[in-house]
Amino acid sequence: MRDIILNTTALPHLLTLLIALPLVGVAMMAFFKDDAAAKRIAFWTTGSEFVLSLPLYLWFDPATHYMQFVEIVPWITAPSINYAVGIDGISLWLVLLTTLLTPICVVCSWTSITSRAREFMIALLVMETAMVGVFCALDFVLFYVFWEAMLIPMYLLIGVWGGANRVYAAIKFFLYTLAGSLLLLVAIIVLYFEGGHTFDILALSRASYSETLQAWLFWAFFAAFAVKVPMFPFHTWLPDAHVEAPTAGSVLLASVLLKMGAYGFLRFSLPMLPDASQRFTPAILALSVIAILYGAYMALAQSDLKKLIAYSSVSHMGFVTLGMFVRNTQGVEGALLQMLNHGITTGGLFLCVGLIYERTHSRQIAHNGGLSKSMPRYATCLVIFALSSLGLPGTNSFVGEFLVLVGSFMYSKTIAALATLGIILAAVYLLGMVQRVAFGVSIEKTARLNDLNWCEMATLVPLVILVFWIGIFPNPFLEPMHASVAHMFEVMDRESVLP
Amino acid sequence: MTFVSTADLLAILPELMVMAGGCLVLVLAPVISEARKEWLVYLSLAVLSAAFVVSYWFMGPLIGSPRSVFSGLYVLDAYGAFWKLLLLVVSALIILLAKAHLKLEGMDLPEFYAFILLSLAGMMVMVSGTDLLVIYLGLELMSIALYIMAGFKRYALRSLEAAAKYFILGSFASGILLYGISLLFGRTGSTTLVGIREGIAGLPPGDPILMLAMGLLIVGFGFKVAAVPFHMWTPDVYEGSPTSVTAYMAVASKAAGFAAFVRVFMDALGGAQDSWQMLLVACCVATMILGNVVAIAQTNIKRMLAYSSIAHAGYALIGLVAADAFGIASVMLYLALYAVMNLGAFAVVTMLRRGGLEGDEIDDFTGLARRNKWAAFVMLLFMFSLAGIPPTAGFIAKLYVFTAAVGAGMAWLAVLGVVFAAVSAYFYLRVVMVMYMREPGETVGTPGYDVRVVASPATIAVLLIAALGVLVLGVFPDPLIQAAQSAILPLR
Repeated sequence: MRDIILNTTALPHLLTLLIALPLVGVAMMAFFKDDAAAKRIAFWTTGSEFVLSLPLYLWFDPATHYMQFVEIVPWITAPSINYAVGIDGISLWLVLLTTLLTPICVVCSWTSITSRAREFMIALLVMETAMVGVFCALDFVLFYVFWEAMLIPMYLLIGVWGGANRVYAAIKFFLYTLAGSLLLLVAIIVLYFEGGHTFDILALSRASYSETLQAWLFWAFFAAFAVKVPMFPFHTWLPDAHVEAPTAGSVLLASVLLKMGAYGFLRFSLPMLPDASQRFTPAILALSVIAILYGAYMALAQSDLKKLIAYSSVSHMGFVTLGMFVRNTQGVEGALLQMLNHGITTGGLFLCVGLIYERTHSRQIAHNGGLSKSMPRYATCLVIFALSSLGLPGTNSFVGEFLVLVGSFMYSKTIAALATLGIILAAVYLLGMVQRVAFGVSIEKTARLNDLNWCEMATLVPLVILVFWIGIFPNPFLEPMHASVAHMFEVMDRESVLP
Repeated sequence: MTFVSTADLLAILPELMVMAGGCLVLVLAPVISEARKEWLVYLSLAVLSAAFVVSYWFMGPLIGSPRSVFSGLYVLDAYGAFWKLLLLVVSALIILLAKAHLKLEGMDLPEFYAFILLSLAGMMVMVSGTDLLVIYLGLELMSIALYIMAGFKRYALRSLEAAAKYFILGSFASGILLYGISLLFGRTGSTTLVGIREGIAGLPPGDPILMLAMGLLIVGFGFKVAAVPFHMWTPDVYEGSPTSVTAYMAVASKAAGFAAFVRVFMDALGGAQDSWQMLLVACCVATMILGNVVAIAQTNIKRMLAYSSIAHAGYALIGLVAADAFGIASVMLYLALYAVMNLGAFAVVTMLRRGGLEGDEIDDFTGLARRNKWAAFVMLLFMFSLAGIPPTAGFIAKLYVFTAAVGAGMAWLAVLGVVFAAVSAYFYLRVVMVMYMREPGETVGTPGYDVRVVASPATIAVLLIAALGVLVLGVFPDPLIQAAQSAILPLR
């Protein structure tokens, strides 16, 4: 582990603290029986987690590609597995996105979760530990532990607190992801033997592997990451899971879990297996473009709001994988920013759907017409998120999608043209949705709805601010990425074998 | 020919203690007054603790320097000590579990504890014998006690059927094992592991009698560890036997079977590794596939756990198939971790009562989270652990056997293993699903109706130990891993 600096000036165990803090909250809940206390504990835990994660950005050194806030403790001696955590420009924003969205999820579940709220909050907090852990892990086994551990709380979130068809959706989600992940486990073990008997992610990224091995490993990685992203044709669990999950589950699923797949491609597939990545680029790009168009096409046909957003996620995540695999700086940085954007925008959209579902108990577009009269604040937020999602200039997604398109244009004009078609389709289905929900004919039921209260506004406003902040001043968000992305390309170009 | 020396007897002190304890309980059982019956539980636990202390005290100096006793028929080594410690702990937990369970089932006879101790003595002989006949003696002592225990619920037809089936098939398997031993003796002129190893060295590769003998040995041991195609008895016997006995069979007799299996094949038959490896690979693959696939169709939790135990035997076999130091350590680790989680799962089953019966249908778990959230939570832990999801012990176990497979150049076996691990998640999660995602039935005939959880302090203690074990060993497995790795057989 030479590629490391230890930020001893900052809090020495900051990342460990962030990983452990939610579990402390879980332990505290054991002492309180009632659900109200559990909700308060969850709020204060995730809130302080967010505040504590801010120093990651404040003390982050954007000039270096080195891992920062690193901590390494031996965990298992033989074979040597370490508890190694650290972040760089690739993982920084994903950690912050996670710590921002979890308290929002706690607040948005405040009134909507009425049964077994304590268990619900425990599941959310365990999720947060696992999600932060995934983005910080510098040891492959540690990464895998967090990656898989997340399935347990998510399975319960969907299956216990979900909608009518929740059991089916939960098991589908679990088995799909598990099947993919287990192949990743074998790939990790193979890498251990081929990459110099280590599970250190950075060391494994410097070793070189034969072409055939790379091909095998690439598809094993692909199985795990493509299911999670999800890429066409492995996306079928996503609409089910999204529709059935409670709002908080949908938000975390869309905003963080899908990013884990994309993060996997960026952290493992590209730097560790550069030859295979290059060789299979056409296949991945084709799947990405299919996902963009197919997701958008499916979204056009949906009458259920959650399904519509779920398919739009498939489409938008297609941009992310597209940007990564065109393998140039614009594409990758655009993809990274787009991951962040999708987390903010889609998270916001799912929150909006959750809010209206609480009021009308229907997610059908037809049942929720003309909300702008009765709920102006709600309609404003919904329109902002929808416009952001379709990539209106001035909002966050414009910057990300623009960068991705520039990157793909440099790779192939055809692909860029096809991807642009996806943006046009996004405008069609999102504006269609906004028109009917916000401005359509107001039916009797929706005319008497209460607008958002301050508590509900509090969940949406931070995301609205970020939509415009990233849209207007993207530089502070792009800056920390430059060094790490540049370094990733250096790693991909390596020829020599390092032990 | 030398006489038995004091040193020899001292070497088997833990075995003697357990054996004597068993006999003592057996003698005291009929004469002790009803009110003092519980004392025999504490006596058995005291014997086990004492034997544990002695074995533990023996183990340290043995690492790297095994001591052969009884003219080479028996050995005192770290490998045996590791298994003995594991078996002692498991037996103590089973006794705690049985304490409440026997009462619930109306079969509260203290002889039960005697059979546990005697069967344990057999297992301890089995894991330390270095002569096939000594191993056979241990195996028979273990099995005969188990046959009796399987029929312990003597007024229940299912229990009697289980005992009869287990006895007949078990005797048959023992006979086949003996036949294998005699063939080996005929070919190599010895029954000691060392003698057989030397004898094999002089044989041409692919010697037909040797192949036959090894095949018969695989049948014998395969029966005890419930590997396919010698698993037929498992579902019926597991379902019919009293649950605490089922737990004992699934955990202890499987562990002891593996201990002897590994010792015989690595130590005596190491020279013919190429020949038996292929046979075992076939066995291992078939076991993983059949166990995991058939478990899906089960509606009785004990039958499901029976097929799950078959599947887990398949995973543990991966370590033996790898046939190197890492592989052996991974078998030891696998069985130890499997013991913790499986014991926990069976312990939950013993607590469930449907009317006056044991709640052993998966339907009886319906809505358990509403009835008793702690019972449901620990069961959730055990199910996820059996499925191998981190951060539980089951993940560490699977990580190690898969690493062993890849390290031995059999990555395809690891791929097959993970594919069927994904299959297994389906039936383990079904239990979680009915516990958490269904409401308990309120009217007669609906799943989960009239099910209650009877938690006695002893059972709670077992559950607590198992649940903590699953989590702690999943997060901090290093001490156990180091113990397993320092206690492997010296490879030749």
